[in-house]
Amino acid sequence: MSGAEWQLVGFSLRMALASLLLILPTGLALAWWLARTNWPGKALVETLVSLPLVLPPVVTGLLLLQLFGRRGPVGSWLHNTFNCDVVFTWRAVVIALAAMSLPLFVRAARTAFEEVDVKFEQLARTLGAGEWRVFFTITLPLAKRGVLAGTLLAFARALGEFGATIMVAGNIPGRTTTLPVAIYQAVENGEDAHAWTLASVSAVIAFAAVFVSERLQRQRK
Amino acid sequence: MKDVILTASFRKKFPGGPGIVADDLHIGGGITVLFGASGSGKTTILRCLAGLETPDDGKITFSNQVWFLKNGKVFLPPRKREVGFVPQDYALFPHLTVAGNISYGLQELPANERTARVTETLRWLGLDGLEHRLPHELSGGQQQRVALARAVVRRPKLLLLDEPLAALDTPTRLRLRGELRQLLRQLGIPTILVTHDRFEALALGDDVVVLHNGKNVQQGATAEVFSRPVNLAVAEITAVETIQPGKVLQVHDGLASIVVGSTQLTALAEDLPVGVSHAYACIRAEDVVLVRADEVQSSPRNRLSATVRVLVRDGPLVRAELDCGFLLTALLTEPACLELALEEGDQVFALVKASQLHLIPFTP
Repeated sequence: MSGAEWQLVGFSLRMALASLLLILPTGLALAWWLARTNWPGKALVETLVSLPLVLPPVVTGLLLLQLFGRRGPVGSWLHNTFNCDVVFTWRAVVIALAAMSLPLFVRAARTAFEEVDVKFEQLARTLGAGEWRVFFTITLPLAKRGVLAGTLLAFARALGEFGATIMVAGNIPGRTTTLPVAIYQAVENGEDAHAWTLASVSAVIAFAAVFVSERLQRQRK
Repeated sequence: MKDVILTASFRKKFPGGPGIVADDLHIGGGITVLFGASGSGKTTILRCLAGLETPDDGKITFSNQVWFLKNGKVFLPPRKREVGFVPQDYALFPHLTVAGNISYGLQELPANERTARVTETLRWLGLDGLEHRLPHELSGGQQQRVALARAVVRRPKLLLLDEPLAALDTPTRLRLRGELRQLLRQLGIPTILVTHDRFEALALGDDVVVLHNGKNVQQGATAEVFSRPVNLAVAEITAVETIQPGKVLQVHDGLASIVVGSTQLTALAEDLPVGVSHAYACIRAEDVVLVRADEVQSSPRNRLSATVRVLVRDGPLVRAELDCGFLLTALLTEPACLELALEEGDQVFALVKASQLHLIPFTP
């Protein structure tokens, strides 16, 4: 592999890891909220969270573009407050990857939380523990495998994201181009060898992530 | 009864389930047993006291502190109630070691004091050397003690034990029954213990509350409740072996004569209101003495000529079903049974003291 190819792989891995930083706190909160509480309108939130799984990725990308564009509600606020632009920068890549991978993580983490018997949490409360302590010392450790499996799945999904990324971040070599986008570009340009090298790297990483994730979920008992 | 420290009157209904009523429960110091068949609401009452369930209405007060007042006006969360709760299956945290489980509730103490407290508790319960084990590496009896340790190490104001021995095999249960009583005595923490086992209730409880269909039907000193059930339901729940309806003949000098079947019996009249015509005669099987010959100088008032119908071995004991004009159950030890050379079909005499024949009045 050439230096440029290594750089591309490194960039994509960094973007996927950065998206995990967004996914973990939001996803854990969302998963716990869905697993442990009941409220009217919950079904609506459940649907919205899972929607990016089935919506065409370019549609999700289009929505993000509207939201984070300089005239969009979030984008204009970020621009005016922090002088920070999102669209067509690496930040847009991270946001696109996070939006696309969040559903996978939430589904896995929610199932893991639901499998934790509430009796342990209740007992911790009788021992004086507050809700944060119960979550971090009882619920999360007991759901550890499922949460980890979900994290790996989300990571693998983020590495392979194409549609939403290209909508909000475009294809700026060295700045926003990720592995899948580069593969598409290579095929377009007739650089088959280059495309196959990148495709193999993607396949190896994806295989490893899903393999470990599956094993974590099977061993759970 | 000692000073009342906890009073509770509340109702709790689960969708599709029976309604649970705790009416005017007043719990003092010492060990109070909530006794009743499964489904009588014992566990629900305990969970409401721990704050793990919210009653539908009513009030729970613990030494001048209101824990619950209806309509959600007051609800003290479980972490503020300072109770030690031991559920039936112990719910030991599976990912924490024995030491981790026991010290979980000692968060607010400094580390060295926490370690000291855990070490002291481990030693007291004979768990030394097990502190690094995980719960699944312990025997049932050890798990039970770790659960108890975790609950008491915080020095709670009230201890709640749900069927503390039910998850154990029979030999372990019998061994730990006596041990548990001693441990609870040493602790001196007011304790509410739920059980459906009357031997456990007798062995562990100072006071007993009998629950029937989610209602408090009798409350008092354990021995008193078990020997003098106030009504038929309590007699049945506390498993009095012989309960036979009879007709009151006369009351004279504090003694009552009653006819059961074709047999005349004598009992103390203290339980019998004036003018009652009918009563159930209740006799505990262990209070029936069997003899071969009708010894003239035996003290019990009731000497009944009986035929042995059935003999059933029950551990070290033998249960004898006797026909003496009505059906009477007696419980005797295996050696006693051998000594009497007891066989089915034999003629014997059953002796029952008047004071051990308890009467429950009823209207036919």
